[in-house]
Amino acid sequence: MNHIAPGARAGIYHYDEIDRQFVAERVEQFRKQVERRLSGELTEEEFKPVRLMNGLYLQLHAYMLRIAVPYGVMSATQLRKLAEIGRRYDRGYGHFTTRQNLQYNWIKLEDTPAILHELAEVDMHALQTSGNCVRNVTTDPFVGAARDEVVDGRVYAEILRQWTTMHPEFTYLPRKFKIAISGAESDRAAVRIHDVGLLARRNDKGEAGFSFYVGGGLGRSPFVGKLVREWVAEEDFVAYLEAILRVYNQYGRRDNIYKARIKILVHELGLEKFTQEVEEEFARLRGPKYRLDPEIVEGVRQHFAPPPFEEPPDHSEALERAKASDPAFANWLAVNVAEHKAPGYAIATISLKPAGGIPGDATCDQMDLVADLAERHSFGELRVTHVQNLVLAHVKKDELYDLWKQLDAAELGSANAGLIGDIIACPGLDYCALANARSIPLAQAISARFADPVRQRTIGELGIKISGCINACGHHHVGAIGILGVDKKGTEYYQITVGGDPTLTTEIGDILGPAVTETEAVDAIEAIVDVYLANRTGEGERFIDTLRRVGHAPFKERIYAAD
Amino acid sequence: MSAKDRSKEGSMKAITANRLRDGEVVFLGEGGRWVESFAEAALFQRSEADAVLADAKATAEREQFGVDIYAFEVVEEDGVPVPATMRERIRTAGPTVRLDLGKQAA
Repeated sequence: MNHIAPGARAGIYHYDEIDRQFVAERVEQFRKQVERRLSGELTEEEFKPVRLMNGLYLQLHAYMLRIAVPYGVMSATQLRKLAEIGRRYDRGYGHFTTRQNLQYNWIKLEDTPAILHELAEVDMHALQTSGNCVRNVTTDPFVGAARDEVVDGRVYAEILRQWTTMHPEFTYLPRKFKIAISGAESDRAAVRIHDVGLLARRNDKGEAGFSFYVGGGLGRSPFVGKLVREWVAEEDFVAYLEAILRVYNQYGRRDNIYKARIKILVHELGLEKFTQEVEEEFARLRGPKYRLDPEIVEGVRQHFAPPPFEEPPDHSEALERAKASDPAFANWLAVNVAEHKAPGYAIATISLKPAGGIPGDATCDQMDLVADLAERHSFGELRVTHVQNLVLAHVKKDELYDLWKQLDAAELGSANAGLIGDIIACPGLDYCALANARSIPLAQAISARFADPVRQRTIGELGIKISGCINACGHHHVGAIGILGVDKKGTEYYQITVGGDPTLTTEIGDILGPAVTETEAVDAIEAIVDVYLANRTGEGERFIDTLRRVGHAPFKERIYAAD
Repeated sequence: MSAKDRSKEGSMKAITANRLRDGEVVFLGEGGRWVESFAEAALFQRSEADAVLADAKATAEREQFGVDIYAFEVVEEDGVPVPATMRERIRTAGPTVRLDLGKQAA
């Protein structure tokens, strides 16, 4: 294999020979499986689970290939490869997902082995992006950069990647299994809506440990993850997770797909009984074999050593001048740029949500540009966020204006991170075989309605999340305003929920009233916003806070007044 | 009988699949051949659709041609047969949000 992965990129885990050999073997295995399917040696029934294990779905228009971006972190070289594949084998674009992965929508089965081979050249693959296994572990997109970070989640996400890959006990779980890790004071990884959510902490001695939340999840039956153990020491990290997965494997339902996720098991067993089972299993497992050796942790940590930061002054005159001279840049700076732990640096969120655009989509030209900008401004690495944006995590403040101008020229400069235009939307009925209604057109209409950046900032933090079916890939349950597409006798309707919260104060939103049509939905969202603005105590009171204070009634009255 | 003529007789069905090799949406046309355009799809009475579908499935699997084969309802609008559901309309045309993609772009 022509291996062209960079040798020493800061912040990127570098495959060793075992990793490379494993991925190469899987590519060759799949190549033969595809050949056997095309020759008729394998039936579709036999082949389907195999292709799913390699991230290949059949969607409405073609095959869809989901590429793993482990914990959402990748190098500029890898992003360029994704752009190259998108041009050569797809239709010139890709779609970034809420699992921090990338999907191509127009893939040919016969091309897939070649695509996987090309991905392997840059240490990428599509493993664990489908099937009843531990999926791509997600983490904070500001990891390694955030000022409020306590523990680097990449280290433990990478340990889990290695530990779960091909783990025989976890290859045929009752259902898919999603894990998220947050190591900062602010939860930017939505940990409590995951099968297992991990909050990394430090104790009084400065030692790393984890709070384990289990049984969160959205979909047909949404649940907020429950605290199973407040503190698990680093050395027990793997053992405790293994104990949870063993209990799930033993008791999780396999007879009913709708009741197979661990959230149902936790709910039906009850937290006390579930915890008891896990603790008993943990007591059996705990010991030298499952002890996470500090040397292993340190070895992985070295892959994520800080990049060679310079020591610019924290106050940037160049930045201040640009801010004063260019209001659009000043707005982007205020909305899309976060504080960095290193003086003189900042974290820049690249919005993939232009007004009226398709959330999460990026053209291959845009991917190439972001790869160039990552090399020029952020040590050659970037992140994918679970809200379908990209992040350059280590940008010198002096260079932010130059960065933004280049982004803006490529329609990547929208100033809406965390605002009403920063909508999560699943692919919906435009692409997805499971969807009941379209998500994207509604997202486009809403973001176009609220295109004015001044208006967006006036409204403030307000997450809209849209799903095209009850599987909730668009996270609608935890949207401050959530929208679920439903099919009513062949017509698309949209059910609006309010009060969802994906952060540590996790809440599942409540249905506001009867579903509305697509046209009515945009007006309804605007009406909700108007009620919020009329009722808030000031600009400091977020939508979610006003809603909690005044309740649903004023919103309901406005939307359904004519009914 | 053309698709247009036959759809006038009432609710009809067409049969669709994704081509195995490339996933392209295809429809069962006249004479049992698969076509890429819905305009060339054969339409079947509801009463005959099940038997045609079973035969198409068996043939497609034997010849490694298509996967996910099923029948869907067709109605007439302005004298033209069209899929009854939004889902099938999108499959026959392409994403409504990217008119430059799919069959509609051809």
